[in-house]
Amino acid sequence: MSKIGVFICHCGENISSTVDVVRVAEETGKLEGVEFSTDYKYMCSDPGQTIIKQTIKEKGLTGVVVAACSPRMHEPTFRKACQEAGLNPYMCEMSNLREHCSWVHDKSEATTQKAIDLVRTLVEKVKLNKPLYPIKVPVTKTALVLGGGIAGIQASLDIANAGHKVILVEKDPSIGGHMSQLSETFPTLDCSQCILTPRMVEVAQHPNITLWTYAELEKLEGFIGNFKATIRKKAKSIDENICNGCGHCTTKCPTKKIPSEFNTGLGTRTAIYVPFPQAVPNKPVIDKDNCTYYQKGKCKICEKLCPTGAIRFDQQDELVELEVGAVVIATGFNVMQPSGFPEYGYGKYKDVITGLQFERLASASGPTLGEIRRPSDGKIPEKIVFVACAGSRDPAKGIPYCSKICCMYTAKHAMLYQHKVHGGKSYIFYMDIRAAGKNYEEFVRRAIVDDEVNYIRGRVSKVYEENGKLIVKGVDTLLNAKPVEIEADMVVLASAAVANPGAEELAQKMHVSYDSYNFFSEAHPKLKPVETNTAGIFLAGACQAPKDIPETVSQASGAASKVIILFSQNELSREPVVAVVNRSAPPVYSTCVGCFMCASACPYQAIGEELITDRKGNVIKRVAKVNPGLCQGCGTCVAFCRSKSIDIDGYSNEQMYSEVMALLNND
Amino acid sequence: MTEFEPKIVAFVCNWCTYAGADLTGTSRIKYAQNVKIIRFPCTGRIDFMLLLKAFGEGADGIIVSGCHPNDCHYTSGNFHARRRWIMFRGLLDLLGIDIRRIQYSWVSAAEGAKWADIVNSTVKTIRELGPYTDYAKVAGYLEKEVKE
Repeated sequence: MSKIGVFICHCGENISSTVDVVRVAEETGKLEGVEFSTDYKYMCSDPGQTIIKQTIKEKGLTGVVVAACSPRMHEPTFRKACQEAGLNPYMCEMSNLREHCSWVHDKSEATTQKAIDLVRTLVEKVKLNKPLYPIKVPVTKTALVLGGGIAGIQASLDIANAGHKVILVEKDPSIGGHMSQLSETFPTLDCSQCILTPRMVEVAQHPNITLWTYAELEKLEGFIGNFKATIRKKAKSIDENICNGCGHCTTKCPTKKIPSEFNTGLGTRTAIYVPFPQAVPNKPVIDKDNCTYYQKGKCKICEKLCPTGAIRFDQQDELVELEVGAVVIATGFNVMQPSGFPEYGYGKYKDVITGLQFERLASASGPTLGEIRRPSDGKIPEKIVFVACAGSRDPAKGIPYCSKICCMYTAKHAMLYQHKVHGGKSYIFYMDIRAAGKNYEEFVRRAIVDDEVNYIRGRVSKVYEENGKLIVKGVDTLLNAKPVEIEADMVVLASAAVANPGAEELAQKMHVSYDSYNFFSEAHPKLKPVETNTAGIFLAGACQAPKDIPETVSQASGAASKVIILFSQNELSREPVVAVVNRSAPPVYSTCVGCFMCASACPYQAIGEELITDRKGNVIKRVAKVNPGLCQGCGTCVAFCRSKSIDIDGYSNEQMYSEVMALLNND
Repeated sequence: MTEFEPKIVAFVCNWCTYAGADLTGTSRIKYAQNVKIIRFPCTGRIDFMLLLKAFGEGADGIIVSGCHPNDCHYTSGNFHARRRWIMFRGLLDLLGIDIRRIQYSWVSAAEGAKWADIVNSTVKTIRELGPYTDYAKVAGYLEKEVKE
C-alpha cells in the first residue's frame, strides 16, 4: 500500500497568487494512497526540505510528489532531499505548477482545478514508481575542445593545468580566433596580440595539450565520460614534422592575389600561406581551391624551393577516432556582412567597412601597419562616421537581439582614430549606449570628453558618394529630430555578431540544443550557463551568445572547471532511466519474441541479443537485451515493441497509462 | 449555458517541448487552462495506443509535440514519432476517428510563444468541434466486433 506525501510549494507568491494552494493540498490529501499533504512558502529552501525529510521519516512515506516549479529546475534538489531521508530518490516526482500552471494562467477556479489535476496525475505515477539505482560508468579523462579562439585556449589551458589531457581542434590553420584579429582591447586599450599570443604559444608547448589545427569534428557518438569523436584532419599538403616554418614557399608562391581572411579582405595572401606572422603553429597550409597546381596541374614552385622537402601534394584528409570524456564547444561567432542594408552602401563603396575591418586597419600587424587609411585610395580620412547597431536590434532586417560588444568597440574605434589621426573628426550614430561592465561607462565618457568623439543619437538613413566623399544622411533625435548630413571620408559599420554559418550543423552532430539564431543553448539561462542539455558537453564563449573577452574567458574557465569536476572521479553515476526487457519464470522466460524491432529503432546500438539456456546449455529462447551503459533512455524501443516486452524505468507503460487515466478522471 | 471546456492532453518530450512550455511560463505568456501536459523522455517513446487511451478516458483533443527534425536529443526519436504519426493518422481516419482532434507539432526549447499559440489554437479548434462523444460510439462498435 502506497503512502504518498504531497508537498505544495507557494514559490513565494509565484504559485500561490493564482493557484489556491491550500485547496490543492486539501483536495490531493483526499486521494487514495496519499498519507500526507501540505503547503509551504518555499519548498526548495532549507526549512521546506526539512519538512519533506521529517515527513518521510515520521510517516514512513513510500513516495513523494513535490508540486512546485519545473522538474528541469529542481528535480535533483528534491530527489536528493528524499535520498537524505532514506527514500530512494526515484520515488520522488515533481508536478510543474509554476511554469505550466500559475505563470501561464490567471487566477481562477479553473487554474486551481488544473493544479489539482496535475498533482493527481503525478500521485498516480509515483504509486507505480520503483526504486532505481544509479548506473556506474567509467570516465575517459581526456577533454576535446572545439575551437581555438580565446575561449578554447583558456578552457584548454585550465583543463591541461589540472593535469588532464586535452585535444584542441581548430578549423583554421592557426589558433587565435577573432581575438588575434583585434587591434587594441577595451577598456584598457592594451594590444590584443600582446596578451593573446603568449597564451597561444603556451597551448602549443603544453605537454598535456594536443593541438590539431585545420581540423574539424566529423562525428560525435557516446555519452558523458565516454564519447567517441571522429575528427577530420584536413590535408595541409605539408609534412608538419619536417617543415621548419622558414616561409620561403609563402614568399615565392605565384598566386598572390587571394583576399586574406585574417585581414578581412583588406590584404592579400598567397595560395600556400600562414594566416598571420604570429600564427601557432607557424607552418603553412596549401589552399587547394586557389593553388595553381591543384587547379591546373602545373606549378609546384613551393615543392622545388622547400629546403626540407616538406611539401606533400598527395596528402589526403585523415579521419581520426578519439575517446574523450567531455567536450567543450568554443566555436565562436561570426560578423554579419551588412550587405542586406543597401542604405549603408557596404559592398558598393570601398570606404564603407565593417568594425572587424577597422580593427585590421588599426592593428599594428594589419595591411596598413596600424595607420588608418581609406581602402579605396590610401588617404587618411579626415572625417569618419561610425554607425552602431548596423544589423543589431533590428527585427525587420537584421537580428532582434543586441550584439553586446558594439557599443564598446565603436567607442574604442573612435578613440583609436582620434589618437592616430590628430585633428580628425569622428561621429558615432547610436541608438543607446550600453556600457555595462567594469570601467566600461568610464571608457565611453573618456571617448566623449577627452577624445571629443561626437555622439549623435539617431539612425543613418542613407550613405552615398559625391565628389569622392561619402555623404552620410541621418537624424539627431535629441535635437527635435533634426536631419544631419556629414561629408565623411570613411564609414564604419558596427555590424551585428551572429552565429557561425556551420553552427546549426555542428549542434545537430553533437545533439545539443540551439536557439532560433543558431547560438548554442545553455542548460539553464541562470544556473547552468556553461552546460548544455547533453551531459558532458559544455559551452564557452561567443558560440552561446555574443560576448566580450572578459566574459568569454570567465565562461571558458567555468566550462573547464566543470570538465575538471567531471574528471575528478574515476566512475560516473548515470541516471538509471534505461530500457529493460522483461524476464519471467519458466516456461515463458520472457514475453520477448526476438523480433529485434527495438534493436533497429535504437539510436545508440544499445540493444543486443541474449540466449536463454537451460542448465545443460541448450538454447531455449533468443531475446533482446539492453546494455544499460549505452542506453540513454529515450524509450523509442518501448513504443516499437509489439509484445510490450521492453519497458523503460521511470516512464514505464504502466506509469504512463495511469498518468493519462488520472489526468482525465477528475469527476 | 456555460461554454464547452474541452479536455486536452499534451504528450510532449522532455527536451524540447517541455522546456519550451517552461519558457512560456518564464515569459509569462498566458494560455488556456484546458491543456495539461504529460512528460515523456522523447516523442519516440509515445506509444500511440496512449492516445487512444486518452480518447477512451474522455479527452476531447490531443497535442503531440517534440523537437524539430534533426534537433532530437536522442538523434532520431522524433523521426520515428513522425513516421508513426503518418501511419497512425491514416489508420485512425479509416477507423472513423476524427484526426482533426490530434495536433502534431514541433516546439523547440526556445519557442515559448509558439507553445502558447499551439495550445490556444488547439483549444479553439476543439471547442468548435465540440465534445468528443463520437469516440465512445466508435469504441463501443469495435468492442462489439471483437466479441463477435
